[in-house]
Amino acid sequence: MPTMDPNRKKSKPVDLVDSVDSRVELTESTRSCPFPDEVLERVLSLIDSHKDRSSVSLVCKDWYNAERWSRRHVFIGNCYSVSPEIVAARFPRIRSVTLKGKPRFSDFNLVPEDWGADVHPWLSVFSSAYPFLEELRLKRMAVSDESLEFLATSFHGFKALSLLSCDGFSTDGLKAIASHCKNLTELDIQENGIDDLGGHWLSCFPESQTSLEVLNFASLNSEVSFDALEKLVSRCKSLRVLKLNRNISLDQLQKLLLHCPQLMELGTGTFMQELISGPVTEFKNMFSNCRKLVTVSGLWDATPLYLPVIYPVCASLTFLNLSYATLQSSELANLLFHCRSLRRLWLLDTVGDKGLEAVGSCCPLLEELRVFPADPFDQEIFLGVTESGFVSVSRGCPKLRHVLYFCRQMTNAAVATIARNCPDFTHFRLCIMNPGQPDYLTKEPMDEAFGAIVKTCTKLQRLAVSGLLTDRTFEYIGQHAKNMETLSVAFAGNSDLGMECVLKGCPKLRKLEIRDCPFGNAALLSGLTKYESMRSLWMSACNVTMNACRMLAKEKPRLNVEVMRDEEGSDDSQAHKVYVYRSVAGPRRDAPPFVLTL
Amino acid sequence: MSSETSNITSEPPATALVAVHSLNINDTELTLGLPGESRKIGAKRRFSVITDLKLGGTDRSDSECSVVTKSPPSRKQLVGWPPVRSYRKNMTKSDCKYVKVAVDGAPYLRKLDLELYSGYQQFLSAFEDLFSCFAIKNVVNEMKLMDPVNGMEYVPTYEDKDGDWMLVGDVPWMMFVESCKRIRLMKN
Repeated sequence: MPTMDPNRKKSKPVDLVDSVDSRVELTESTRSCPFPDEVLERVLSLIDSHKDRSSVSLVCKDWYNAERWSRRHVFIGNCYSVSPEIVAARFPRIRSVTLKGKPRFSDFNLVPEDWGADVHPWLSVFSSAYPFLEELRLKRMAVSDESLEFLATSFHGFKALSLLSCDGFSTDGLKAIASHCKNLTELDIQENGIDDLGGHWLSCFPESQTSLEVLNFASLNSEVSFDALEKLVSRCKSLRVLKLNRNISLDQLQKLLLHCPQLMELGTGTFMQELISGPVTEFKNMFSNCRKLVTVSGLWDATPLYLPVIYPVCASLTFLNLSYATLQSSELANLLFHCRSLRRLWLLDTVGDKGLEAVGSCCPLLEELRVFPADPFDQEIFLGVTESGFVSVSRGCPKLRHVLYFCRQMTNAAVATIARNCPDFTHFRLCIMNPGQPDYLTKEPMDEAFGAIVKTCTKLQRLAVSGLLTDRTFEYIGQHAKNMETLSVAFAGNSDLGMECVLKGCPKLRKLEIRDCPFGNAALLSGLTKYESMRSLWMSACNVTMNACRMLAKEKPRLNVEVMRDEEGSDDSQAHKVYVYRSVAGPRRDAPPFVLTL
Repeated sequence: MSSETSNITSEPPATALVAVHSLNINDTELTLGLPGESRKIGAKRRFSVITDLKLGGTDRSDSECSVVTKSPPSRKQLVGWPPVRSYRKNMTKSDCKYVKVAVDGAPYLRKLDLELYSGYQQFLSAFEDLFSCFAIKNVVNEMKLMDPVNGMEYVPTYEDKDGDWMLVGDVPWMMFVESCKRIRLMKN
């Protein structure tokens, strides 16, 4: 960040949140900067981080203006915190937008359909304000085919579209993008609630389309024309990310890889094929030209017979996503033996504790581990991983920073050991799948486990807790988690004290999401002065009443306090789902009937 | 649950009979004893003792992967928990033949994919891996598993498509894979 000249007269800094009037004009009487605007803008244009840019804009009016003219990318973490008009007025030269919509718990069906986060109002404003818009990255937004068509036809230089966890569109919308976006470099479709009407969209890329760098259609189910795909891949010489869907067979993959030796990230199709001759012979050289490959995912249906096909590229892999492959421990061990450079690894818990031992012994550079449950909803089954697998990994991988771990049993002692082995955790999400489950050996609550994490891992930014937890866990969090920005809580705590400790003690808290906890009105209101410094608060199935929500709304007009009505809710005095967020745009005007803005 | 044992009947449903007749008769001969031994065509050797046990309500749907059993009342299905996104819910292989395996005395079940094994020997050795305490003990005409720690013997039995409980090893392997719905290791 550029240092300030101490001799320069400072004018009143402009608070980002408070700024409703974004037209801060620069007049001669307030000019204090010795540099011409252009120079300052040029210097500031080198700053990419949006957090740094927000800081820059708070220094003084000169810097505020220079920053706003030089900004090319805007990140909006909550689409309702600001309006598209305000954004367009403040930032005249945006080329790239990242926009996030629904609360995160909508991923788990806790938010009803038609809640909102429609991207269309944004596109309308952008079409006149930013005709040269190039990139749009959406997460948890409602996107219709009409919006996609509008996008494709309104922005003639449009290059990159990324849709993650969005819903409301179909493959017809993708047809519009493929047909009209002549300069498309990126089409990244992930995990969306999409209406898959067929694979014809891929055939809509014209022959003139040669600029694709990223193509991800792994989450689409229907078959695309292989001929169209092969031709597309052949003519896009800059293609570096290609993620196929399950319908692409191994021999088709082999043909594709011949055309893109420059590929860096590959998502395979199905990794199993009925063959007369042995698979390893047939596909032995499939990856021999892929010298730049660092990421592999997909690998659906991979079996021990076929996995050796990827061994030739394993040594240079930094990210391996095996979360769609139901591997057992020995298959994983054989595979990881070749993968010494791994930084990120995603697995299914079918690999078991033995598989995780192999992770610990083979991947000393590992920084991120995610273990997903193969059978999350079957309560009878006792499969998967336990505390012992996690401990094995922590022993062999001291550089671990980012963990997501689903398990069915855990102990306080194991987590304490893990924290000691891996003090650099920045993201720690432990999900003990049976709600309210204690330490299975001592039968005590899991308070000490998370206490150990927050005490030892001082860099912790994100935490998700589970198991039987008393208020003690939250006391520890409030006392020690000084860098924590995001906290997810479910089925935990005894009283308001728990939530109060967190709100009082965590200075960097931005996102707090709570479900099924005995936190009530006192807890909610204890955060009165805190919520404006946070992005959002979610509380569902807690003990909060409508009156408390009304009080919060009244005291804090710059917060939007929204209550979602339960369908079966008979008790209208209880607030079943509460979503509180700061906003400079005022109350939502597009709220559906079941969302009450107080 | 009052309907626990009423689902297990002695009359094979008509659909099962049709399925049997459409296969090559040699492959589907019902015999006693392990495959490879001389065969006698005879009635199914039903493990009648098991039918008297309360096994929990069984759903007679055809999908082996989704046999519904009674869950303890305290554990009802929660919305959005565990926090797994819906696209991850369908993780099982398209050709899977997962069956639940219950062991007398153990509180939790396991799952085995029968497609992974080519015969009974391989299949039984999976139990050694799965439970890490069993040794295969082959007694004439019967397969047994033994826990060397406490000397307990377990007899592998399975519920077939008709709802009958049979001894594992009675029928040719492929027929077993085809008809097995769930497995129970019974204490001898």
